[in-house]
Amino acid sequence: MSAAPKTILTVDDSRTMRDMLRLALAEAGYRVVQAIDGIDGLERLDAEGADVIITDINMPNLDGLGFIERVRGDLRHRATPILVLTTESEPEVKDRARKAGATGWIVKPFNPGKLVDAIRRVA
Amino acid sequence: MAEHRPVGVLSPESLAAIRVVFFQECEEHIADIESGLTALECGDCDPELVNAVFRAVHSIKGGAGIFELEALVQFAHRFESALAEVRADRVEATPDVVRVFLRAADTLADLVQAARDGQAVSLDRTGAISEELERLAASQAAAFETFDDLDFEPRPIAFTPLPPAAGPQTWRVRFRPHASLYAKGNEPLVLIRELGRLGEAVVELDAEQVPMLDAFDAEDSYLSWTITLTTTADEAAILEVFEFVEGDCELVVSREAAAAPPLPAPAPAPSARDAAPEPVEPRSVGPAAAPKDLTAIRVDLPRVERLVDLVGELVVHQAILAERISAETSRRSDTVAQALDDLSQLTRDIQEGVMAIRAQPVKAVFQRMARLVREAEAASGKRVRLVVEGEATEVDRTVIERLTEPLTHMVRNAVAHGLESPERRSALGKPVEGLVRISAAQRGGRIVIEVADDGQGLDRERVRALAVARGLVAEDATLVDEDIDNLIFAPGFSTADSISDLSGRGVGLDVVRRGVQALGGRISVSSLRGAGSTFTLSLPLTLAVLDGMLVSVGGHGLIAPLASLIETVQPRPADIRRLGASTSLLSIRGSHVPLIDLGRALGYAGARETAAPHGVALLVEDDAGEQAALLVDEVLGQRQVVIKSLEANYRPVEGVAAATILGDGRVALILDITAVIAAERRRADHANVAA
Repeated sequence: MSAAPKTILTVDDSRTMRDMLRLALAEAGYRVVQAIDGIDGLERLDAEGADVIITDINMPNLDGLGFIERVRGDLRHRATPILVLTTESEPEVKDRARKAGATGWIVKPFNPGKLVDAIRRVA
Repeated sequence: MAEHRPVGVLSPESLAAIRVVFFQECEEHIADIESGLTALECGDCDPELVNAVFRAVHSIKGGAGIFELEALVQFAHRFESALAEVRADRVEATPDVVRVFLRAADTLADLVQAARDGQAVSLDRTGAISEELERLAASQAAAFETFDDLDFEPRPIAFTPLPPAAGPQTWRVRFRPHASLYAKGNEPLVLIRELGRLGEAVVELDAEQVPMLDAFDAEDSYLSWTITLTTTADEAAILEVFEFVEGDCELVVSREAAAAPPLPAPAPAPSARDAAPEPVEPRSVGPAAAPKDLTAIRVDLPRVERLVDLVGELVVHQAILAERISAETSRRSDTVAQALDDLSQLTRDIQEGVMAIRAQPVKAVFQRMARLVREAEAASGKRVRLVVEGEATEVDRTVIERLTEPLTHMVRNAVAHGLESPERRSALGKPVEGLVRISAAQRGGRIVIEVADDGQGLDRERVRALAVARGLVAEDATLVDEDIDNLIFAPGFSTADSISDLSGRGVGLDVVRRGVQALGGRISVSSLRGAGSTFTLSLPLTLAVLDGMLVSVGGHGLIAPLASLIETVQPRPADIRRLGASTSLLSIRGSHVPLIDLGRALGYAGARETAAPHGVALLVEDDAGEQAALLVDEVLGQRQVVIKSLEANYRPVEGVAAATILGDGRVALILDITAVIAAERRRADHANVAA
């Protein structure tokens, strides 16, 4: 990892998952920006930027797929890596997310090691 | 491969903190699930309702996965799959389907609680409902069977990695990205770097496909790489690096010993324009979609409790200050008096404001009642329509916690005994579905909760006959309807065998009333034969402050709760009758009540000459309606006091409910009237036996 810590934007409506991500990422030396849904995610991305985005799919207001499409539609972020949080039981979600422009995915539940691995493969 | 990757593990402290958040959040999710399903049950067809319920179940599943709560994960998954069918319009949300979901929500709540308490969950508890959920979800499976061409990509799931082959091996990896790889935000450089972490890598770039400048498309893909990797890692570990770009590149991995087949000629790469995301229709984002967290913050309860305590101290110290100033300045200046008044007003406002922070809507308790109704419904075979009103009514947390028990009794009784069977109801021309209405409202500094049913109502003749038979009222007593109805709360009215055929109203109701009265509350019933009963529960909005009468006994300050105080009387010697060696009665308007010397009862002083007392008597009533007169030295006036628990700060003391701090800084004990009267009765019985 380069000297300046990478900024990770996490977008998830679950506080448990946000906390999990925040603690795991902070322990791995990343700077974390949190958002609670897609709309909030777009605003945080605008305000703070991100080296990697990690987003949930099922969220109120603007779900993960809509969020990814909006990020990819923005010239400034069309190459920003986006990892989606998905579960073993929803393989179709992964495919839909890829079609929308997701870079990779993290299967829940994950341990911090897997999380960091996934980030390293995209940034 | 594990030895090549840092396997981060969260500290136990971090995990414990997340666990707390998870269970807090579960409670919120379960509340959301129940309110969403209840709205669905009431015929609201907003698709967002199902979405919200689905998301909540999904979040519980996700969190449960972190903590490896397998039973919870599996059940939430089944629940979620069934909900997905409704969400996809493959299953209609009929009342029967919603009922299954409501029961599933109950089971989910049970599993969450079991997980939190670290209990094992027996599968019997989830079995039946699990099967029903599976049946609902099965429509999807059926649909898949009819589409053979659905292509499922098998995914390797966790497996124990094979031990690496002895010694490092050399691999050749040929990697040619498509333009779509870049469009998704993947970066060959990063992938090659990751590959290099597996061992020693030699990277060759093939730039031959890069066209002349006039033909160059900045978003197309022209480069490819060949990486020679010497590693102990296996092929799976190498492929895993490229997991995200599968389908977006050409990738050939071969053992070095065997010659790698040449890459096929580059297919015409899809143009960047094809790969670029379609222009996106902005999704509608109304004002309602604003993140709800913006107007609310979360505060740990202990912080609020601390604030409540501090404000209690503030109230006390403000009173101390006011008393000192008035005692020490003979002539209070108007400006000081004005400032003191302002301070006192401000203190009261702060106290109200802080108590409002701890106030919570009764919604959570009411939702539990909804579940109770469903259970009672299932147990009794009755059909019940539950109507809930005023669930946003707020009361102090301390009261919320104490509401559940009396409400549970009232609601259970309403379903089990108030409502008639469906057959009987249709014979009577009533709707088959019985109505239970729970409502809450704030009235005059109290919360009033009503539980009403449209069942058979109380049978007053039988209530009265029973009360007479049990010696609770005289046979010739003149009782209005209301008196008769409320006999059901009298201790000794009900026994397990007597009431069930009457209407079951008596079961444990004396216990409920005692509990409610101990909180400074009241409970009553009104009923119309054939048309139903209404139970009314009224409680103070907070248990943190109390309205009391400050009295003095042997130089000690004592607080008698106003709720149990009937009047104060100045007893004349002629009104006092001695009864045996140590018992006295006070005659008040023709009736006699025990006269209790409070100083002696609490051990402050030796027996007073009760024949000629100097002092005042407080006529009080205990929770059962038993009256007594408490002899005190002086009545100092009404006070609102902040309650300090003796049990938390000292130890339980008989006859004393709690303590408070007075304006002059002294501690005053708050009397437990019921306990004082009971202790006196025991003492008198002993004395009489001894005599």
